[in-house]
Amino acid sequence: MERCAARRAPEEERRVRANAREYNEKFQYASNCIKTSKYNIVTFLPVNLFEQFQEVANTYFLFLLILQLIPQISSLSWFTTIVPLVLVLTITAVKDATDDYFRHKSDNQVNNRQSQVLIGGVLRQEQWMNVRVGDIIKLENNQFVAQADLLLLSSSEPHGLCYIETAELDGETNMKVRQAIPVTAELGDTSQLARFDGEVICEPPNNKLDKFGGTLYWKENKYALSNQNMLLRGCVLRNTEWCFGLVIFAGPDTKLMQNSGRTKFKRTSIDRLMNTLVLWIFGFLVCMGVILAIGNAIWEHEVGVCFQIYLPWDEGVHSAFFSGFLSFWSYIIILNTVVPISLYVSVEVIRLGHSYFINWDKKMYCAKRRTPAEARTTTLNEELGQVEYIFSDKTGTLTQNIMVFSKCSVNGHSYGERQMPEPGDVQDVLGHKAELGERPEPVDFSFNPLADPRFQFWDPSLLEAVKLGDLHVHEFFRLLSLCHTVMSEEKSEGELLYKAQSPDEGALVTAARNFGFVFRSRTPKTITVHELGQAITYQLLAILDFNNIRKRMSVIVRSPEGKIRLYCKGADTILLERLHPINQDLSSITTDHLNEYAGEGLRTLVLAYKDLEESYYKDWSERLHRAGSAPEAREDHLARLYDEVEHDMMLLGATAIEDKLQQGVPETIAILTLANIKIWVLTGDKQETAVNIGYSCKMLTDDMTEVFVVTGHTVLEVREELRKAREKMMDASRSVCNGFSYQEKLSSKLTSVLEAIAGEYALVINGHSLAHALEADMEVEFLETACACKAVICCRVTPLQKAQVVELVKKYKKAVTLAIGDGANDVSMIKTAHIGVGISGQEGIQAVLASDYSFSQFKFLQRLLLVHGRWSYLRMCKFLCYFFYKNFAFTMVHFWFGFFCGFSAQTVYDQYFITLYNIVYTSLPVLAMGVFDQDVPEQRSMEYPKLYEPGQLNLLFNKREFFICIAQGIYTSILMFFIPYGVFADATRDDGAQLADYQSFAVTVATSLVIVVSVQIGLDTGFWTAINHFFIWGSLAAYFAILFTMHSDGLFRMFPNQFRFVGNAQNTLAQPTVWLTIALTAVVCIVPVVAFRFLKLDLKPELSDTVRYTQLVRKKQKTQHRCMRHAGRAGSRRSGYAFSHQEGFGELIMSGKNMRLSSLALSSFAPRPSTSWIDTLRKKKGCEGSSAGSPSGAADKTLRV
Amino acid sequence: SNVFMYYGLSNFYQNHRRYVKSRDDSQLNGDNSSLLNPSKECEPYRTNEDKPIAPCGAIANSMFNDTLELYRIDNDTRTPITLIKKGIAWWTDKNVKFRNPTGDGNNLTALFQGTTKPVNWPKPVYMLDSEPDNNGFINEDFIVWMRTAALPTFRKLYRLIERKNNFQPTLQAGKYSLDIAYNYPVHSFDGRKRMILSTISWMGGKNPFLGIAYITVGSICFFLGVVLLFIHHKYGNRNTSADIPN
Repeated sequence: MERCAARRAPEEERRVRANAREYNEKFQYASNCIKTSKYNIVTFLPVNLFEQFQEVANTYFLFLLILQLIPQISSLSWFTTIVPLVLVLTITAVKDATDDYFRHKSDNQVNNRQSQVLIGGVLRQEQWMNVRVGDIIKLENNQFVAQADLLLLSSSEPHGLCYIETAELDGETNMKVRQAIPVTAELGDTSQLARFDGEVICEPPNNKLDKFGGTLYWKENKYALSNQNMLLRGCVLRNTEWCFGLVIFAGPDTKLMQNSGRTKFKRTSIDRLMNTLVLWIFGFLVCMGVILAIGNAIWEHEVGVCFQIYLPWDEGVHSAFFSGFLSFWSYIIILNTVVPISLYVSVEVIRLGHSYFINWDKKMYCAKRRTPAEARTTTLNEELGQVEYIFSDKTGTLTQNIMVFSKCSVNGHSYGERQMPEPGDVQDVLGHKAELGERPEPVDFSFNPLADPRFQFWDPSLLEAVKLGDLHVHEFFRLLSLCHTVMSEEKSEGELLYKAQSPDEGALVTAARNFGFVFRSRTPKTITVHELGQAITYQLLAILDFNNIRKRMSVIVRSPEGKIRLYCKGADTILLERLHPINQDLSSITTDHLNEYAGEGLRTLVLAYKDLEESYYKDWSERLHRAGSAPEAREDHLARLYDEVEHDMMLLGATAIEDKLQQGVPETIAILTLANIKIWVLTGDKQETAVNIGYSCKMLTDDMTEVFVVTGHTVLEVREELRKAREKMMDASRSVCNGFSYQEKLSSKLTSVLEAIAGEYALVINGHSLAHALEADMEVEFLETACACKAVICCRVTPLQKAQVVELVKKYKKAVTLAIGDGANDVSMIKTAHIGVGISGQEGIQAVLASDYSFSQFKFLQRLLLVHGRWSYLRMCKFLCYFFYKNFAFTMVHFWFGFFCGFSAQTVYDQYFITLYNIVYTSLPVLAMGVFDQDVPEQRSMEYPKLYEPGQLNLLFNKREFFICIAQGIYTSILMFFIPYGVFADATRDDGAQLADYQSFAVTVATSLVIVVSVQIGLDTGFWTAINHFFIWGSLAAYFAILFTMHSDGLFRMFPNQFRFVGNAQNTLAQPTVWLTIALTAVVCIVPVVAFRFLKLDLKPELSDTVRYTQLVRKKQKTQHRCMRHAGRAGSRRSGYAFSHQEGFGELIMSGKNMRLSSLALSSFAPRPSTSWIDTLRKKKGCEGSSAGSPSGAADKTLRV
Repeated sequence: SNVFMYYGLSNFYQNHRRYVKSRDDSQLNGDNSSLLNPSKECEPYRTNEDKPIAPCGAIANSMFNDTLELYRIDNDTRTPITLIKKGIAWWTDKNVKFRNPTGDGNNLTALFQGTTKPVNWPKPVYMLDSEPDNNGFINEDFIVWMRTAALPTFRKLYRLIERKNNFQPTLQAGKYSLDIAYNYPVHSFDGRKRMILSTISWMGGKNPFLGIAYITVGSICFFLGVVLLFIHHKYGNRNTSADIPN
């Protein structure tokens, strides 16, 4: 992306003064203005031509054109080159112009987006491109922080708090909190903000998402700034009505853009191969030229010298050697058609066609989001048929980032069973309408006025249990409505809005709400719940908050009756150990249920309660209070106390939350795996969540021999863990191939051993371990280990690490990689991979903008690869094979003729035939094949994913195939020349005149060539459409029509010197001998090809041949769809528990800092003596965040950094 | 049927690039401006002594000019065989491609005024034949020569011998003698001359290549067909769905 502003030297530090545009302009910071277009109307022609002639091919043809203007060399008229050249230049120019037009349009669209900017004390709608560094802008709830990185100044929430979701940025699904520094948090309205003239001095733009260091100077005070105060571009504002921010970094300087990596021009491997081959052909051309030039020199020396009485040498040619030199260039001109200029244009046209097929594919159209698939890059299609590695993001790509309360187990009874397909768009894997069958109705919650209408549950028995007054069920939902850290907001009566820190918690509380246990409001000391229509206020005594080690949270409440009860929910592994022994029976039933849920990939939590004695609680809370105010090891003390009270609990049941996968994800992954594509999940999310999703989308299964988890923090640990994993895999394979073969393998490289691994393994690696694994000395080890595994999951990785992983595979594996993601955090990997795919139709568009292909559902990936990619690859390969074949067959005839015309560079054909052969007579049929061909129908390529393998192994077009095509072309050219040669040597016409004149010979050879290549394209075409027919027959018709026109009297009368072949067509083509010759040539050229293909089909059929054959056989049989196995097997694995955040907001709630004054006033609330939760939060983040980045040690005293 | 008389030349490169292009079709088509200002392609046979050559170019300059006469020897008497010199060129060539320059009157000498004969020629183009419709550029011997051969060994139609009546062959068995007026040197470039007499069928003159080729290719195809049939029977059943993995 270019910037409007001129390039400048790298900054040392950044100074930004609020509301002072003139001051900030001095520094020439990058603005938000985007310019991606290249031309305007005036510069288009010169700039575009200049660019086009930078292409080697075009320059080469220009060079040929110049050669042709030299009379001694010119063996062909100038127009034979200029017509194709102009055609090519025009087509390319038109394409460039259209592209640039769309770039202009999208630039304008982006630049003209609106944002609210505070200018001169008033909020104004400004265009995006006019937002400058130092401006203060206003953001509203659920709005993307889209323009720039902002310093949070104030917000609608108390204490300048502000909630953001950073899924776009780092892939983490939980909500985060940001806070304005206290001095600015008071600047609530625009007039105060307009007077704000603080100056920020901070670090220069960088790509560290979790670090920011700077200082705010305002009113002679210094305030340290950290990442806690920043709203980065790409975040979404949540649960915050509005906030104001000061623009610190804009446009390309934002952390998001700094993280997105450089845009590289992507070329496909076919492209590179094609370029190599063109170079080879060029070398071949020079060789032929040299051979013929030597021939010419010898001929002129031996024969030509003596023949001078009839044909004297040209002026200036005095030696045979010089003549040979000239003839070299002459031959370069006439043989140039082996490197046809139309190749590149045809390839572009075909790819464009394939791109439109993707754009128009109705089966890749998502009706719900109204987004079609889009091929944003038109040059990569055939590489879609060669993908070996897929790197996928998790959140938003595999999952919908929606948590749904799906099942529960209460007192040994499991609720929530249902079997029905998804509502919404109902197309299954194979693109057929799913059989809906009986569609159960969701449970009717109309009895409950406070129910959330979006909540759906499918098992009515649970609601019946509630209504019947089952105490266990009541207690179960009571727990759900009490034990959480959700905040509620009631805009109007009955319209509840929950602000949950993680979507799982939200789902649980919403479930309780709908079943009649409505969490209504909370104060720091109370929780009000409507239990089946009756308002009950519980006294909140303590929140024993969640963290990653405890893996559970509890609340201690006092009911209106005065009973003290502890409610606890947490991971099953932890909680089941802490139950009272009398729960044993229930516990084992619940464990069964848990296993069942876990097997379905649901995220489970176990719920338990415990009644506390008043006296015990008093004592405990006393100790807790002391521990809380202890200066040292506060955390440890608290943890021990929590541990003590959460014991001997009574089991209530378990919940299962579905992290809703995108539609069809497990099926897609299964099919892609069958197609031998390896799928790696790279996510910024937690390990538990990632592994859980791995199971639910069947990447990880219980059948796997082992799942290796690498979580080491140091280089040594990581190395050790990787080594152990490899050893285990090798041990296993050793036991499989016992003895001798193992010895052999040991001697060969480690890689080959690992490739032959038996059994299925998976690797899960953490971000910090990955950082070590990606170091130069370990990356190969890591890669070998990872590639030996069937599934790889990298969690907590940064956007840049994602790119590094992709780069690593690209570097060592020489395989085609595809990256798919939806968020801004995936941009770097999307750009790095050979093919980048963006999930469109979501809020963010960063990934889509960086991607090569975009569509709205992960499941479309299989169609993109297995159908479109596979076809594109097949078509491109067939096209290239045929293209090289036809040009060699065409051109090499000149070579053979050279031996009979004194190596004089006389062409065999009429010059018009040479001009038109590539652009008229043979271009369209092969284009039609390149655009429309298919070997097996689309359903089959989904049904038999193995059909994808030839692409990965690059079997259809490689150097070997190329040589076969060339050989076939040369074989054809030999017959094409020598059969007419043999016939014409003695032949006369049926009226006695000579037949063997040059012009008749030319027409005969040209006609048989056109017929042979047309028959050949007919043989190559596997899928006949009307267009194929039209083009093939049309080309033949065009050939004869043009032939007769060119040889007509009328044209000759106008330009006698240009149309010398007058009368030739009708005279020659009226001869039976000529047609017998053409028929013989065609048969001899085609029969070996047919015989060879027949043999291959019989003896060594390709999979696609077999599939096609069987399809013919059972055409009339009813097609059976292979059903994907929906494994409902119970897993032995214990769940990933349903907390997607690191630590809870418990302290924040108890302190009441985030409560609105109105709700505080309602409560009889006495604030606890300053438990500065922010301090704690800061301490936790401190090591990674603020303190390290702070430039000035003398920070403000209000912030203990 | 008629007997056709050909002359053949070997090692004569009528298909050489410089030779092929060395002509001016515009001039040959009777264009008056080209007549006096021939195309540069004709160099070095474009002008002679500052006069434009008509017809210009190397092809015309090297026109075959031996005369062949055929006699039947019957008891020591030589009866000349009538050799017809018209009807040996393509109709399109004679009527479309080649035309004499136009002007006042039909006097070819006047029409070719201001041009000179090709260097090698003994007499100018308007004196090639006595008959006006076979003289100048439309002389059929000239037209036949100007239709350049594709290969270095070629034959060109020289004369027709018409069949007199249906009860006798055109050329009866017996002794014949061929008189050649040797004007055309070929020794310097190791060339050979031939004279061929031939009759024709619907396929043209005798041409064994096509026949042999057809028989060979036909038998190979048949043999191949049998072999493939055999192979298909023996191995073709491999091609079943059982082979499809997964």
